[in-house]
Amino acid sequence: MKRRRFLAGLAALPGAALAQVDPLDPLVWVVTNGAQVKQGKVTVELPQLADNGNSVPIKITVDSPMTEADHVKSIHLYSEKNPVRNMANFYLGPRAGKAEINSRVRLAGSQKVTAVAKLSDGSFWYDTASIVVTLSACLDES
Amino acid sequence: MAARIQLPASAKRGEIVEVKVLIQHPMETGYRHDDVGHLIKRNVINVLSCRYNGVEVFRADLSSGIAANPYVQFYTVADKSGELEFYWIDDEGMQGSEKQPIQVT
Repeated sequence: MKRRRFLAGLAALPGAALAQVDPLDPLVWVVTNGAQVKQGKVTVELPQLADNGNSVPIKITVDSPMTEADHVKSIHLYSEKNPVRNMANFYLGPRAGKAEINSRVRLAGSQKVTAVAKLSDGSFWYDTASIVVTLSACLDES
Repeated sequence: MAARIQLPASAKRGEIVEVKVLIQHPMETGYRHDDVGHLIKRNVINVLSCRYNGVEVFRADLSSGIAANPYVQFYTVADKSGELEFYWIDDEGMQGSEKQPIQVT
Protein backbone atom coordinates (compact mmCIF):
# COMPACT_ATOMS: atom_id res chain seq x y z
CA MET A 1 0.00 0.00 0.00
CA LYS A 2 2.74 2.39 1.00
CA ARG A 3 4.64 1.64 -2.16
CA ARG A 4 1.54 2.21 -4.23
CA ARG A 5 0.94 5.55 -2.58
CA PHE A 6 4.55 6.49 -3.13
CA LEU A 7 4.35 5.68 -6.81
CA ALA A 8 1.13 7.64 -7.19
CA GLY A 9 2.85 10.56 -5.54
CA LEU A 10 5.77 10.26 -7.94
CA ALA A 11 3.48 10.39 -10.93
CA ALA A 12 1.89 13.55 -9.59
CA LEU A 13 5.22 15.38 -9.46
CA PRO A 14 5.36 18.12 -12.09
CA GLY A 15 8.76 16.94 -13.31
CA ALA A 16 7.53 13.42 -13.85
CA ALA A 17 4.46 14.71 -15.64
CA LEU A 18 6.60 16.73 -18.00
CA ALA A 19 8.75 13.77 -18.92
CA GLN A 20 5.85 12.92 -21.19
CA VAL A 21 4.01 15.59 -23.10
CA ASP A 22 0.71 16.22 -21.44
CA PRO A 23 -1.78 16.75 -24.27
CA LEU A 24 -3.98 18.59 -21.82
CA ASP A 25 -1.33 21.20 -21.11
CA PRO A 26 -3.00 24.37 -22.46
CA LEU A 27 0.17 25.38 -24.29
CA VAL A 28 0.30 22.08 -26.13
CA TRP A 29 -3.47 21.96 -26.54
CA VAL A 30 -3.38 25.19 -28.59
CA VAL A 31 -1.22 23.36 -31.11
CA THR A 32 -2.62 19.84 -31.03
CA ASN A 33 -6.27 20.51 -30.23
CA GLY A 34 -6.23 17.45 -28.04
CA ALA A 35 -4.61 15.05 -30.49
CA GLN A 36 -2.24 12.39 -29.24
CA VAL A 37 1.42 13.37 -29.12
CA LYS A 38 3.70 10.40 -29.69
CA GLN A 39 7.35 10.13 -28.78
CA GLY A 40 9.73 9.72 -31.67
CA LYS A 41 10.73 11.19 -35.03
CA VAL A 42 11.87 14.39 -33.31
CA THR A 43 15.35 14.80 -31.85
CA VAL A 44 16.31 17.62 -29.53
CA GLU A 45 20.00 18.12 -29.00
CA LEU A 46 21.21 20.20 -26.10
CA PRO A 47 24.54 20.21 -24.31
CA GLN A 48 24.37 18.17 -21.10
CA LEU A 49 25.63 21.07 -19.07
CA ALA A 50 25.56 24.81 -19.58
CA ASP A 51 27.54 27.13 -17.34
CA ASN A 52 25.29 29.96 -18.29
CA GLY A 53 21.64 29.78 -19.31
CA ASN A 54 21.73 33.00 -21.28
CA SER A 55 22.67 31.38 -24.54
CA VAL A 56 22.40 27.63 -24.97
CA PRO A 57 22.75 26.10 -28.42
CA ILE A 58 19.87 23.84 -29.40
CA LYS A 59 19.33 21.66 -32.43
CA ILE A 60 15.99 20.19 -33.38
CA THR A 61 15.70 17.64 -36.15
CA VAL A 62 12.65 15.80 -37.38
CA ASP A 63 12.88 12.60 -39.34
CA SER A 64 10.84 13.50 -42.41
CA PRO A 65 11.36 13.29 -46.19
CA MET A 66 10.01 16.88 -46.46
CA THR A 67 8.03 16.21 -49.62
CA GLU A 68 4.74 17.79 -50.65
CA ALA A 69 2.90 14.73 -49.33
CA ASP A 70 4.85 14.21 -46.14
CA HIS A 71 6.47 17.13 -44.41
CA VAL A 72 6.82 18.90 -41.10
CA LYS A 73 4.45 21.83 -40.74
CA SER A 74 5.68 23.29 -37.50
CA ILE A 75 7.97 22.73 -34.54
CA HIS A 76 7.04 24.07 -31.12
CA LEU A 77 9.60 24.45 -28.39
CA TYR A 78 8.69 24.27 -24.71
CA SER A 79 10.67 24.84 -21.56
CA GLU A 80 9.78 23.33 -18.23
CA LYS A 81 10.89 26.21 -16.02
CA ASN A 82 11.11 29.40 -18.03
CA PRO A 83 8.57 32.10 -17.16
CA VAL A 84 7.54 32.01 -20.80
CA ARG A 85 7.23 28.30 -21.42
CA ASN A 86 6.56 28.37 -25.13
CA MET A 87 10.00 29.47 -26.22
CA ALA A 88 9.52 29.46 -29.96
CA ASN A 89 7.46 28.14 -32.84
CA PHE A 90 9.02 27.41 -36.21
CA TYR A 91 6.91 27.01 -39.32
CA LEU A 92 8.34 24.95 -42.12
CA GLY A 93 7.02 23.41 -45.30
CA PRO A 94 8.07 21.19 -48.17
CA ARG A 95 10.25 24.05 -49.41
CA ALA A 96 12.53 23.58 -46.41
CA GLY A 97 14.02 20.40 -47.85
CA LYS A 98 15.32 19.34 -44.47
CA ALA A 99 13.58 19.55 -41.11
CA GLU A 100 16.39 20.90 -38.99
CA ILE A 101 16.56 24.06 -36.91
CA ASN A 102 19.48 25.42 -34.95
CA SER A 103 19.14 28.26 -32.52
CA ARG A 104 20.17 29.51 -29.12
CA VAL A 105 17.82 29.61 -26.17
CA ARG A 106 17.68 31.12 -22.72
CA LEU A 107 17.07 28.69 -19.90
CA ALA A 108 16.02 29.56 -16.36
CA GLY A 109 17.61 26.66 -14.54
CA SER A 110 18.22 22.95 -15.01
CA GLN A 111 15.27 21.47 -16.77
CA LYS A 112 13.78 19.51 -19.62
CA VAL A 113 13.22 21.04 -23.01
CA THR A 114 10.53 19.58 -25.22
CA ALA A 115 9.95 19.97 -28.93
CA VAL A 116 6.61 19.04 -30.48
CA ALA A 117 6.41 18.66 -34.25
CA LYS A 118 3.27 18.81 -36.32
CA LEU A 119 3.39 16.73 -39.48
CA SER A 120 1.41 17.25 -42.66
CA ASP A 121 -0.62 14.09 -42.00
CA GLY A 122 -1.91 15.66 -38.79
CA SER A 123 0.14 13.57 -36.38
CA PHE A 124 2.20 15.03 -33.55
CA TRP A 125 5.57 13.83 -32.31
CA TYR A 126 7.83 15.00 -29.55
CA ASP A 127 11.20 14.59 -27.93
CA THR A 128 12.64 15.84 -24.67
CA ALA A 129 16.20 16.69 -23.67
CA SER A 130 17.51 17.40 -20.18
CA ILE A 131 20.09 19.98 -19.33
CA VAL A 132 21.88 21.12 -16.21
CA VAL A 133 22.21 24.90 -16.08
CA THR A 134 24.67 26.24 -13.50
CA LEU A 135 23.72 29.89 -13.79
CA SER A 136 20.19 30.48 -14.94
CA ALA A 137 19.01 33.21 -17.27
CA CYS A 138 16.01 35.50 -17.35
CA LEU A 139 15.29 36.01 -13.68
CA ASP A 140 18.70 37.10 -12.52
CA GLU A 141 19.32 40.70 -11.71
CA SER A 142 22.13 41.95 -13.86
CA MET B 1 19.11 46.61 -36.25
CA ALA B 2 22.04 45.06 -37.90
CA ALA B 3 21.81 41.52 -39.14
CA ARG B 4 24.17 39.02 -40.60
CA ILE B 5 22.76 36.52 -43.02
CA GLN B 6 24.74 33.72 -44.49
CA LEU B 7 23.73 31.54 -47.39
CA PRO B 8 25.62 30.20 -50.36
CA ALA B 9 25.85 32.67 -53.26
CA SER B 10 25.15 29.91 -55.74
CA ALA B 11 23.63 26.44 -55.65
CA LYS B 12 22.53 23.65 -57.94
CA ARG B 13 18.82 23.34 -58.66
CA GLY B 14 17.18 21.22 -56.01
CA GLU B 15 20.09 21.51 -53.63
CA ILE B 16 19.27 21.99 -49.97
CA VAL B 17 20.98 25.16 -48.79
CA GLU B 18 21.74 26.19 -45.25
CA VAL B 19 20.58 29.63 -44.17
CA LYS B 20 21.99 31.32 -41.08
CA VAL B 21 20.43 34.42 -39.62
CA LEU B 22 21.94 36.45 -36.81
CA ILE B 23 20.20 39.65 -35.77
CA GLN B 24 21.62 42.21 -33.39
CA HIS B 25 18.90 42.66 -30.78
CA PRO B 26 18.87 42.66 -26.95
CA MET B 27 15.78 40.38 -26.71
CA GLU B 28 14.89 42.13 -23.45
CA THR B 29 12.96 39.63 -21.36
CA GLY B 30 10.86 42.02 -19.29
CA TYR B 31 12.08 40.37 -16.09
CA ARG B 32 15.18 42.48 -15.55
CA HIS B 33 15.45 45.68 -13.54
CA ASP B 34 17.52 48.75 -14.33
CA ASP B 35 19.92 50.50 -11.90
CA VAL B 36 17.12 52.31 -10.08
CA GLY B 37 14.93 49.25 -9.73
CA HIS B 38 12.45 49.85 -12.51
CA LEU B 39 11.42 46.91 -14.57
CA ILE B 40 12.80 47.06 -18.09
CA LYS B 41 10.01 46.62 -20.60
CA ARG B 42 9.95 43.47 -22.63
CA ASN B 43 11.26 43.93 -26.11
CA VAL B 44 11.84 40.83 -28.18
CA ILE B 45 11.66 39.99 -31.84
CA ASN B 46 8.28 38.30 -32.28
CA VAL B 47 8.37 37.24 -35.84
CA LEU B 48 11.13 36.36 -38.21
CA SER B 49 10.14 35.33 -41.68
CA CYS B 50 11.98 34.36 -44.82
CA ARG B 51 10.53 34.65 -48.29
CA TYR B 52 12.10 33.05 -51.32
CA ASN B 53 11.06 34.97 -54.44
CA GLY B 54 7.97 36.13 -52.62
CA VAL B 55 6.95 32.74 -51.21
CA GLU B 56 7.30 32.25 -47.49
CA VAL B 57 9.60 29.30 -46.84
CA PHE B 58 10.27 29.79 -43.14
CA ARG B 59 8.73 31.63 -40.25
CA ALA B 60 9.52 31.67 -36.56
CA ASP B 61 7.65 33.09 -33.59
CA LEU B 62 10.27 33.95 -31.05
CA SER B 63 9.90 34.87 -27.39
CA SER B 64 12.04 35.96 -24.47
CA GLY B 65 13.21 32.33 -24.34
CA ILE B 66 15.50 32.99 -27.27
CA ALA B 67 18.97 34.31 -26.47
CA ALA B 68 19.98 37.91 -27.09
CA ASN B 69 21.15 38.51 -30.64
CA PRO B 70 18.91 35.73 -31.91
CA TYR B 71 20.49 33.17 -34.13
CA VAL B 72 18.39 30.87 -36.27
CA GLN B 73 19.64 28.39 -38.79
CA PHE B 74 17.34 26.56 -41.18
CA TYR B 75 17.32 24.99 -44.62
CA THR B 76 15.61 25.64 -47.89
CA VAL B 77 15.60 24.08 -51.34
CA ALA B 78 17.21 26.18 -54.06
CA ASP B 79 14.76 26.07 -56.94
CA LYS B 80 15.19 29.32 -58.90
CA SER B 81 17.65 32.17 -59.02
CA GLY B 82 16.38 35.13 -57.13
CA GLU B 83 16.27 36.63 -53.74
CA LEU B 84 15.73 35.56 -50.18
CA GLU B 85 14.04 38.27 -48.24
CA PHE B 86 14.19 38.32 -44.46
CA TYR B 87 11.84 40.31 -42.35
CA TRP B 88 11.46 40.71 -38.59
CA ILE B 89 9.63 42.89 -36.10
CA ASP B 90 10.03 43.48 -32.37
CA ASP B 91 7.63 44.43 -29.56
CA GLU B 92 8.29 48.13 -30.04
CA GLY B 93 7.32 47.86 -33.67
CA MET B 94 10.85 48.17 -34.99
CA GLN B 95 11.03 46.37 -38.27
CA GLY B 96 14.05 45.07 -40.04
CA SER B 97 14.60 43.45 -43.35
CA GLU B 98 17.45 42.14 -45.37
CA LYS B 99 17.76 40.74 -48.87
CA GLN B 100 20.24 38.23 -50.11
CA PRO B 101 20.55 37.05 -53.72
CA ILE B 102 21.02 33.41 -54.70
CA GLN B 103 22.19 32.10 -58.07
CA VAL B 104 20.73 28.73 -59.03
CA THR B 105 22.37 26.79 -61.83
